[in-house]
Amino acid sequence: MSDKPFKDLKVLDFTWAGVGSFIVNYLAWYGATVIKIENVKRPDITRCSPPYKEGKPGMNRSLFFSWTHPAKKMDMTLNLNTEKGIAIAKRLAVWADVVVESFVAGTMEKWGLGYDELKAINPEVIMLRTCTHGQTGRLAKQPALGFTLTTLSGFNNITGWPEGGLNELRGAYTDFIAPLFGGFALIAAVDYKERTGKGQCIDLSQHEASLQFLSPLLLDAAVNKRNHKNNGNDCDRAAPHGVFRCKGEDRWCAISVFSDEQWMALCKVLGFPDWTKDSRYKRKEGRYEFRRELDMKIEEWTSRKTAEEVMVEMQTAGVPAGIVSTSKDLVEDPQLKQYHFYNTLEHPEIGECSFFQSPPFRLSDAAAEISTPPILGKHNNYICEHILNLSSEEISDLKDQQVFD
Amino acid sequence: MLECYRVLDLSDEKGALCARVMADFGADTIKVERPGGDSSRKIGPFYKDVVDPEKSLHWFAFNRNKKSITLDIKTPEGQEIFKKLVKKADVIIESYDPGVLESCNLDYLNLKQINPNIILTSITNFGQKGPYRNYKGSDLVLWAISGMMYVTGEPDEPPLAPSYPHSYLFGAMQAAIGTMIALYHRRIIGRGQHVDTSAQMALTWVTQPDLVGLYEWFGKVAQRAGRIRVQPFSGIKMPILWECQDGHVAYALIFGSSFSQANRALSEWILSEAPPIVEDRTFQLATISPERLSEEQGAKITNILSEFFRRHTKKYLFEGCLERGIQLYPAMSPMDTLVFEQLQERGYWVELYHPELEDHIKYPGYPVQTDVLKAMRFMRAPLIGEHNNDIYVDELGMTPGQLEALQNDHII
Repeated sequence: MSDKPFKDLKVLDFTWAGVGSFIVNYLAWYGATVIKIENVKRPDITRCSPPYKEGKPGMNRSLFFSWTHPAKKMDMTLNLNTEKGIAIAKRLAVWADVVVESFVAGTMEKWGLGYDELKAINPEVIMLRTCTHGQTGRLAKQPALGFTLTTLSGFNNITGWPEGGLNELRGAYTDFIAPLFGGFALIAAVDYKERTGKGQCIDLSQHEASLQFLSPLLLDAAVNKRNHKNNGNDCDRAAPHGVFRCKGEDRWCAISVFSDEQWMALCKVLGFPDWTKDSRYKRKEGRYEFRRELDMKIEEWTSRKTAEEVMVEMQTAGVPAGIVSTSKDLVEDPQLKQYHFYNTLEHPEIGECSFFQSPPFRLSDAAAEISTPPILGKHNNYICEHILNLSSEEISDLKDQQVFD
Repeated sequence: MLECYRVLDLSDEKGALCARVMADFGADTIKVERPGGDSSRKIGPFYKDVVDPEKSLHWFAFNRNKKSITLDIKTPEGQEIFKKLVKKADVIIESYDPGVLESCNLDYLNLKQINPNIILTSITNFGQKGPYRNYKGSDLVLWAISGMMYVTGEPDEPPLAPSYPHSYLFGAMQAAIGTMIALYHRRIIGRGQHVDTSAQMALTWVTQPDLVGLYEWFGKVAQRAGRIRVQPFSGIKMPILWECQDGHVAYALIFGSSFSQANRALSEWILSEAPPIVEDRTFQLATISPERLSEEQGAKITNILSEFFRRHTKKYLFEGCLERGIQLYPAMSPMDTLVFEQLQERGYWVELYHPELEDHIKYPGYPVQTDVLKAMRFMRAPLIGEHNNDIYVDELGMTPGQLEALQNDHII
């Protein structure tokens, strides 16, 4: 078991949807015992989002839920609007080393499960709380979707063509930034507790965490009093720099040339046609100034080749290049395959799926255990019997009182 | 929180944030720069637009709380000095192309001979193994190959990447998590290990489930749908980013019981507009059932919302939505963000004094808030080799003469 760093760590997980689940995944992948608490009437919202396997709705059939929870978690349904439900949650909070939640601020307090209450019954508890704007301030209770927080954080403002206005940086982008800081902070806190015996409460504002990625632009605004200007796929330190149309429908390859050496390598791949000898292209500044005509000339060459051919020929010569991958390309990507980035597992209700993602790093002495997602309420009995040590009479009493609904 | 650890940061911009979060959390973090300064000091924007390795705002942002020494680890003398540092270190963060550390005799096998507790964290474009391990990466190449770019932009335009390069930050943060797991694991197994992080995987992780998932289940390849597209929440063809009087706001129309109160409030607000936007006084978003909505009715709703948003400013719409419990947010620029009330109220910003510039600069503060971090002080990013004396003379016991000789030989 020594390849499981968190084998002795117990986690009580009240999170739902993206950010919180992604944080808990790291602990579950590396061996923690995780109990995910849900509610039958309000289960994890990603369980209720289409698409469903074969188009048939069902609590364990959603793509989004399976995709966001590729980690081993026990699942318990608990009705926190009953006193007994809250009492069970508290007993589990005493059992746990770590409690994670991702409701809007004030929700846990409503149930008497805020940090102060939990600390009173488990003085060493580590609690990580995450919501859009953090636990304090005027907006603490104002929710957002990942899509809208992406806009608020400014990521759509940095995505666009020079004259073209804003574009969506696709999806719930910030849902993938905040958990990186949350996951790091939580594991640091677990390590700190191991050394000092002290717990703590971590307040992860998804807005504040996401802004870390834009730090240089925030400094630019603070110092130079200006906003970033969009320039499409251009880069003022490189030319050519962009995506080039290749053979086939909507096929593209990205090429970026930063140095004169890379430029010479590119010319060589193209077979040194006459136009490459144009003295205006000899230096980076010239290539940048005349980048549009340069792009057209290079595209004449790329459009006769497949995107894969362009990438391989450029890379073999030492020029940074990469196909613009579609979902089909991702599934077939030989590099991702080498790392077993996607995993194929048999899900008890929806059968074999191959999209289960692993962490984007590999530890030489610890393997991540990728798993199918938890089945709603599957471990109610197990947890009652083996963790809470309840008798079968007590369990059936609780069932009668709708504590697990 | 991490005061007991020492981190040696050999990385360029691919790993700077990894070492910085460790430094933010208190780790004694030393940036090991090549003589003359790290290459990432050339990345702009620059303080008052003066292009200078000591004035890169990118450097400031991702290297605060670190110390700096200079060392050429490609020379044998440099390697011997580095090995002395390894003895007292817990973590080494590096982002060289695969094989470079090996050629310096500083790969993981060598390092663990010197210090079995050492954790080596490698951050590269494609990882340490596999057919692409020697491929060259760049921000644009990563956006392309990860799948993010193909689905960003308008269908009739080329795929689009963010104009501000930041793809490598995902790799850096994943590496930070991997490093923390390895540090914790060390308590159990009593030795360090190698953390291999791929920026490609880190950015592929960011693609949404409807990419590989939809392809696997339904054979559908997700396309660049553009701003105005059929929204999954409402089934109506509309944007999420709406134009308003002075910019854009983000608003997703969602039907269903948890949103009916917000939809009712928005309907009433729209109906109260003068001159009116909707002729039909029974207009009500809350009672719409999306399954029975015709395309024409959908288009009508889109037009009404467009007209409403276009009439007002970001601020007016945001404040009005807050009062009414509607989820709408303004598209904010960095300048807007600096004065966003919630961030100020929570004390997000820190001012750091740069004595060389005789100026205070406003920085984003900690990525999370916790009492354990509150007591800590921030340091501005180091100057090139600012701590050479502290480390080489005070700690490793070199004489000032030896240090000077190594500096003259461009090893330090």
